[in-house]
Amino acid sequence: MKRVYLDHAAATPVRREVLEAMLPYFTEGFGNPSAVYDLGAQAKEALEEQRAKVARLIHAHAEEIIFTSSGAEANNLAIKGAALAHLKKGRHVVVSAVEHHSVLNAARYLEKFHDFEVTFLPVDRHGVVDPERLQKVINPATVLVSIIHASNEIGTIQPLAELARRCREQGIIFHTDAVATVGQIPVDVQELGVDLLSLSGPALEGPKGVGALYFRRRLRLVPQIHGGIQENGRRAGTENMPGIVGLGRAAELAEIELPEKGPYLARLRDQLKAGVMERIPYAIYTGHPERRLPGHASFCMEGIEGEALIFMLNAKGIYANTGSACASKALKVSPVLCAIGLPPEVAQGSIVFTFNQDDGQEDVAQVMDHLPQAVERLRSFSPVWRKKMAAVSGG
Amino acid sequence: MKFLEETECKADATADLVYRVCPMHLLEPGEMLADLEMGQVLEVLTDYDGALEDIPAWCAKYGQEFIGVGEDEHEDCYRLYIRKIH
Repeated sequence: MKRVYLDHAAATPVRREVLEAMLPYFTEGFGNPSAVYDLGAQAKEALEEQRAKVARLIHAHAEEIIFTSSGAEANNLAIKGAALAHLKKGRHVVVSAVEHHSVLNAARYLEKFHDFEVTFLPVDRHGVVDPERLQKVINPATVLVSIIHASNEIGTIQPLAELARRCREQGIIFHTDAVATVGQIPVDVQELGVDLLSLSGPALEGPKGVGALYFRRRLRLVPQIHGGIQENGRRAGTENMPGIVGLGRAAELAEIELPEKGPYLARLRDQLKAGVMERIPYAIYTGHPERRLPGHASFCMEGIEGEALIFMLNAKGIYANTGSACASKALKVSPVLCAIGLPPEVAQGSIVFTFNQDDGQEDVAQVMDHLPQAVERLRSFSPVWRKKMAAVSGG
Repeated sequence: MKFLEETECKADATADLVYRVCPMHLLEPGEMLADLEMGQVLEVLTDYDGALEDIPAWCAKYGQEFIGVGEDEHEDCYRLYIRKIH
């Protein structure tokens, strides 16, 4: 049975070229970049090369990149670090209702331990943040606004440049969690006008355990990991050199491949969407119909549990997800799906497929060979589905 | 140590080291001074109390002129001024 892995938003294999670039830094290139002898100096030079590569991918300057251990750490440093560095301005933070947990919970930390007020900004039925609505909630005490670039659960891409512009006009720091977009679509921090942007290794087909935060030059941040002067005194801890080299190589490859990758992934996504909407009744395509990640197709299958569907597909060698990888284990219903107004019984039938460039039409075909039957079978013994059908035929 | 009023000293460059850990307040000014012309002034912003001892001592050791320090109440940090003479 061929394995069809369509959960690249959760994890993705490290590319061969990336792995090969990393390997020497586990062995002969093991030097600590802070050491003054030549082994250290060579590591330091390699470290700065990777910083420049990551910066180039997002049109930033090298000194505006801080390496972290993950996208979650980058989000924490951005939210907590920037908010705490600007306490004199005020204690109000705005985040959208479709943020990743690392943003939501960092904001809640400020609320609980530092007396911040946090506004959770609602979204429309496609998961889009309305700039007018943002404008209405920001006030003179607002220090920071954080809006995710694209949701990894519903794929919707936010009108980020417009949202950031509204904040810039009022001197409010704007952060975006771009973990789902960097490496998937072109991201230019100058064009977007953001002050802070988080990205991570796995989303670029790089290794896990590495991420980065872009911060606009001169923006002050309170370090969240205290210790030595690594990352110019902004993030302590000996640098994860193999991981950082992997991220740098992945960024370099992404820059070259992005122009072709996007349209290719979008074709696969649209084929899957067309198949599902044609063959599965009462399937809802969640997220924005057009302004969405190219390799991202998300649905809610009414009347069933997404988790049960995942297991049935798993038995056929197909790997998908019910939402963001970390939320699916912990929560019955995703807050993102609730935020777009889906009732809990519909949101429970969530399934998300995320592609990368190694996938092809045959993978979509294999999903379509099994998905409709799996949905039908689960519905056949679902009380929720029976009730719905009775209401439909009765009405 | 000479204390300066806010408007007393005009800097040609600023090293903003607020919230950056020790010894960044010695490393980054050293790098920035190297890029300045002789006679130009570097302003160091820091919230690290130890800098009040370290920076004058560093200037004495490396032959640079320590001009003085001002406190920025609005920003909650110190402003230290160094003239490049070496």
